[in-house]
Amino acid sequence: MNGVPPEHALMLACGLFLLGMIGLVVRRNIVFMLMSVEIMLNATGLAFVAAGAQWGQPDGQIMVMLILAMAATEVAVGLALVLLLNRKFKTLDVDSASTMRG
Amino acid sequence: MLDLLWLVPTLPLASYLVLAVGGKRLSRATVSWLGAGSVGLSACLALALGAGFLASPPPDHRFVQVLWIWMNTGGFNPAIALQLDELSLLMVLVVTFVGFLIHLYSVEFMADDEACSRFFAYMNLFVCSMLILVLADNLLLLYLGWEGVGLCSYLLIGFWYKDPENGRAARKAFIVTRIGDTAFAIGLFLLFVHLGTLTIRDILELAPAHWAQGSGMAVAAAALLLGGAIGKSGQLPLQVWLPDAMAGPTPVSALIHAATMVTAGVYLIARLHVLFSLAPAVQNAVAVIGALTLLLAGFSALTQRNIKRVLAYSTISQIGYMFLALGVGAYSAAMFHFFTHAFFKALLFLGAGAVIMALHHEHDMFKFGGMRKEMPLVYRTFLIGSASLAAVPFVTAGFYSKDLIIWESWSAPGGNPWLWGAALVGAFITSIYTFRMVFVTFFGEPHGHAAHGPGIRMTLPLVVLAFFSIVAGFLELPHTMGNVTFFSDLMHTVLPAAEAENGRGNELLFQVIAAAVSLSGILIAYLLYYRRSAVPERLSEIPVIGTLGRLWFIGWGFDWLYDRLLVRPYDWLARVNRRDVVDAVYGAIAYITLGFYLLFSRTQTGKLRQYAAGIALGAIITIAVVIFL
Repeated sequence: MNGVPPEHALMLACGLFLLGMIGLVVRRNIVFMLMSVEIMLNATGLAFVAAGAQWGQPDGQIMVMLILAMAATEVAVGLALVLLLNRKFKTLDVDSASTMRG
Repeated sequence: MLDLLWLVPTLPLASYLVLAVGGKRLSRATVSWLGAGSVGLSACLALALGAGFLASPPPDHRFVQVLWIWMNTGGFNPAIALQLDELSLLMVLVVTFVGFLIHLYSVEFMADDEACSRFFAYMNLFVCSMLILVLADNLLLLYLGWEGVGLCSYLLIGFWYKDPENGRAARKAFIVTRIGDTAFAIGLFLLFVHLGTLTIRDILELAPAHWAQGSGMAVAAAALLLGGAIGKSGQLPLQVWLPDAMAGPTPVSALIHAATMVTAGVYLIARLHVLFSLAPAVQNAVAVIGALTLLLAGFSALTQRNIKRVLAYSTISQIGYMFLALGVGAYSAAMFHFFTHAFFKALLFLGAGAVIMALHHEHDMFKFGGMRKEMPLVYRTFLIGSASLAAVPFVTAGFYSKDLIIWESWSAPGGNPWLWGAALVGAFITSIYTFRMVFVTFFGEPHGHAAHGPGIRMTLPLVVLAFFSIVAGFLELPHTMGNVTFFSDLMHTVLPAAEAENGRGNELLFQVIAAAVSLSGILIAYLLYYRRSAVPERLSEIPVIGTLGRLWFIGWGFDWLYDRLLVRPYDWLARVNRRDVVDAVYGAIAYITLGFYLLFSRTQTGKLRQYAAGIALGAIITIAVVIFL
């Protein structure tokens, strides 16, 4: 099969993952942080698809299904937490919500 | 008949339990009946048992009654078993009989004391412990009695505990004897490890088979046992507790000194004589310790003013005689002196107690004076006791027993002229301090007035003891005078006889010397103290003699020495180590943990982004480690 070589797919996944991680660390708005986490999840999904295509196995695609389902639940819980956070602190800035420091 | 042996220690024990549990609810009369009666019953039973035993001796001259097995673990199965032979029979008779007389005396002596039931409870336990000690078939049971005696001495010396000084004396007695007890316990471990048994009979049979004469192990075992014996018997260098033990009520002193406790060491050595003859070095040490002790304590007794302290030092000195006899191998002579000493020393203590009580608990005998007219009966019995202690020839029991020891210290296998000389000088001093006490107390001008004469319960024991202080000596008369060997024949079924080495030929000469020495001592005491001559004062003004006298007065300064050498360094160490050094290790562990807690709690900033970065960093490091290593 003459498709995209796996190295390219993996490098793309790696770039996406890094972008997501940088976003997670750099952004202070909690909504954007959630979006960054989604990007990271999709990056791993891409890596799974690439690996599955390389070995000709369906497992990789099944893992993507799992990740999609997990991402959906994560967003559901995460957005609920964001709502509560907003209601309590009147802001979406996570750094101001650091009352549980040691 | 002999099957009733178990009752002898059980009766006082039962009485102790009743008094200890319900003593406060019982009337004074009941307490007295129970306390004295139980020991009296025990004494009657012991007499009956003794008569039965002597009339038809069991095979091997030894009766053993196994009550139950104490414990059974790994080849170690000591029994609660009582053993009766001539030696323990003698001890049991003396303990119960003299003990009963002392109890009877206490009924009146302690009549006004509010803690009467407590007193009799302790006294009964004391007698019970001593009976267990002398009847024990194995050394572990003996050790139980040994410790019981130590405990009761602590309780009774500190009986009037409201005076802190009495509590101090009690603690001193307990701690000093504990040093000896520890040595004794180590000795028991040693015996068990090497011989595999603690049964006395087996030890006596196995020890000569296991150990050669004078081998290191035999010496070690004998020396450790000797350590226990000198602690309990108040011998050098552990004698310091005995004079202070006078803090207790006078009947307690009589019980400790005459019937129980201090003779435990003598009994132990006599009982395990095989071990000591396996270790000649230790046996010689016994003789030397005895000789030194009898001299040092005798000199101390010369200068005391407290009548009970005179008697205390005289006990140390007389036990020294017993040790001397044990050391030279004259076991039956030692037991004979123990036998007569029990009577006259109990008599002296009880007589002194009567005087002390009549003079409202005054102990300084130079404040007595002239008691002869006030208390004629006490005077006469006290005089008999003193004569026996001073070994007045022919009529007193003390003469026959002490003369036997003096003779054996020359003629027995371990005897030599040095020991003989020490014993002779000791006898001389004994008669001086004894009659100094008599003259100062009973003669001269009366200083105080006796409040009331002692009643029948106090005088009866005095009379009975005075009778035995004379008669007990006739059980054993030397070759030169009648040659009665009833006592030694009895003892030689258990203990080896001392073979005379230097011949019996000049025994008479030695007896004349001993008699002359004791009589001249009395004469000197008469000259110095009967007429209250000024010589003692003038002597004490000579610097050397005055210093020596003060040294003797404080018991050769052993208390001072131990205070400087042991007590104060220990105190200092305790003060320095107030914050426990070992504790610092555990403190440091807690401190380090706290430091880490403070460090790590800094990282808990509550900032979500830092956590995320931390997780990412940790993941990177982990992956890097997995890949590159």
